[in-house]
Amino acid sequence: MTSGEFEGWSTLDKRTLAVTALTMTGAAVGAAIPTTLAIVGGGGRLWVALAWVVAGGVILIGGGVLTELFYWKGVRYRVTPDRLETAFTLVFRSRKALQRERIRNVDLTANPLHRLFGVAVVTIGTGLHESGGQGRIKLNPVSRAEAERLRADLLRRAEIAETDEDAPLAELDRGWIRYAPMSFLTPALGLAAGGGLMQVSEWAGLRKGLIDWVIGLFRGIPLVVAILILLAIAMVVGVVGALGLWIEMWWNYRLDRESGGTLRVRRGLFTTRSISIEESRMRGIDLVEPLGNRISGAARVDAIATGMRQSDGKEKTDYHTLLPAAPVAIADRVAATVLREPVSPTEAVRLTGHPRAARGRLLRWWVGSVVILLAIFALLGLLLTDVLLVIGAALGVVLLPVSVLLALDAYRNLGHGITGRYLVGRHGTVRRSTFALEREGVIGWTVKQSIFQRRKGLLTVVATTAAGGGAYAVYDAGEEQGLLFAEESVPELLAPFLERV
Amino acid sequence: MNSVEADRGKVRLRPPRNVLDQRVVGWWRLQGTLLWATPVLVLVVLGLLVKPARFWLLTPAAVFAVLGLVWVVAMPLWWFKVHRWEVTETAVYARSGFFWQEWRVAPMSRIQTVDTLRGPLQQLFKLATVTVTTASARGAVKIRGLDQELAASLVEQLTETTQATPGDAT
Repeated sequence: MTSGEFEGWSTLDKRTLAVTALTMTGAAVGAAIPTTLAIVGGGGRLWVALAWVVAGGVILIGGGVLTELFYWKGVRYRVTPDRLETAFTLVFRSRKALQRERIRNVDLTANPLHRLFGVAVVTIGTGLHESGGQGRIKLNPVSRAEAERLRADLLRRAEIAETDEDAPLAELDRGWIRYAPMSFLTPALGLAAGGGLMQVSEWAGLRKGLIDWVIGLFRGIPLVVAILILLAIAMVVGVVGALGLWIEMWWNYRLDRESGGTLRVRRGLFTTRSISIEESRMRGIDLVEPLGNRISGAARVDAIATGMRQSDGKEKTDYHTLLPAAPVAIADRVAATVLREPVSPTEAVRLTGHPRAARGRLLRWWVGSVVILLAIFALLGLLLTDVLLVIGAALGVVLLPVSVLLALDAYRNLGHGITGRYLVGRHGTVRRSTFALEREGVIGWTVKQSIFQRRKGLLTVVATTAAGGGAYAVYDAGEEQGLLFAEESVPELLAPFLERV
Repeated sequence: MNSVEADRGKVRLRPPRNVLDQRVVGWWRLQGTLLWATPVLVLVVLGLLVKPARFWLLTPAAVFAVLGLVWVVAMPLWWFKVHRWEVTETAVYARSGFFWQEWRVAPMSRIQTVDTLRGPLQQLFKLATVTVTTASARGAVKIRGLDQELAASLVEQLTETTQATPGDAT
């Protein structure tokens, strides 16, 4: 394996074997407990259960480490003056190379085990349409020092890699944690915890016991009160979960500008992450205010940049977020600094509102959705049980006014404008988003109009761009208003297709 | 609805200059027929097999058949009016959709790839779909239902033009 062919190539860090062994042990223990309980619960003897579990565990751990050993032996990489190359040799041979000038991001991640052994996972990406991982190389793992060296080297920041004396653009304020529970994550986490408990109790064969126990606990208390108590418990669990998650994600957060023209986000309590964005790739920012945060005066800043690592679905906000939910004034300041503007375009802009017809559309949409929900309750209530009618009526009393308020708020939030080099659009109520997109970053327009919009003289104008989500929309603008906005913000693009009648 | 404003120089998007190939109507009709015939056939077969439920199976089958017929006859004509395209020296411009109409513009200087696609049904009608992509994951312009030869020459023309344009199109 170490023949002349791979002279000058490096291997991954050998400590990965220890990391794998520990990971697999953890997985084996995690699987062993419910399995043992299930076998014993199903009438099996303890020693039979243990024999099975230990045998399974040994196979799992041994197999895992052996696989990792082959993987480790197979992988080689090297950095040449113009390329980063990896080779994998195991029965088959495969090679992959990234042009160094195309490398746009080098991200480091280290989970607690990695940190224990002083290693980190390096993900190097070109940011081109990455479906199938084509434009990406993952070195899993290399030593911490090697990871930092690679990052500096590949981003051509070698000369300044260690100069962190400059004050960071933003640093964590522990008080920001107060914004963490004010999100839809909180109830979701609470319910997930409840669901998880049920699942575990089922594995352990204790589900019925658990339910009986809970019912016994609430004996003599009205059902509604019992449900409220359970919901309250779920909320508390959710709040704790949201706080914990926030601490894990954002601890030691800091945002730096490195003098080579890179923005770098570092954060994480157990799993540390380092995300770099070349400033020349920045095309704007997205100021995101989920309802809970907006009420408490906080906003998050996401980067709109080309060549960003495409998220793998669920962790969508992860790689783009430059600043977690923080007071709006700070968010505006960070947005301005990041874009090298005196004032953030989202703050400087004077947003033009949209025609009143848009309000009608939003009202119909919001109230309509609630009415459909209520209709389902009514129908099921009539067919099945009166309880649903009561619940439906209660929901209606709460949700109808709320939906009207949300619709009016959503209408108030609609707006667009142009300021300096940026075009700005705002929409949304549950999650209000104000994007500022560089006008030069617009690489096409899509104008959409449903038949309902046509009847009301509205349309949606979408700027397509290579950066961020690929498309940023101004919803329900007036026909003329929207088209003129598009024409003015990027003059030569849409103009040939406009006519004045 | 706003006739007053219309008199004072209202701005609107003009329709692209070219229509699709006439044969596209046939293609859409065939697609529609296949789409609607499936549930109708399933219902009819079930209706013939399951005697007690015959009425409840054949009635929806008849309704679907009538709806499908109207769809197949009328809709493609409407679509044909909506779907238009145009290639100028500076941009590709296409209008598509129906309940949700869409006008898409991709400037020449930002075009990354130009592909053609011919589905099995399109082959039958000697039609092709031309897809023009830009660096935006969501900015592709699709022209569905061009004559195959026209599509080929269009691709050639677009490729030449875009190759002549410098820059990495982002």
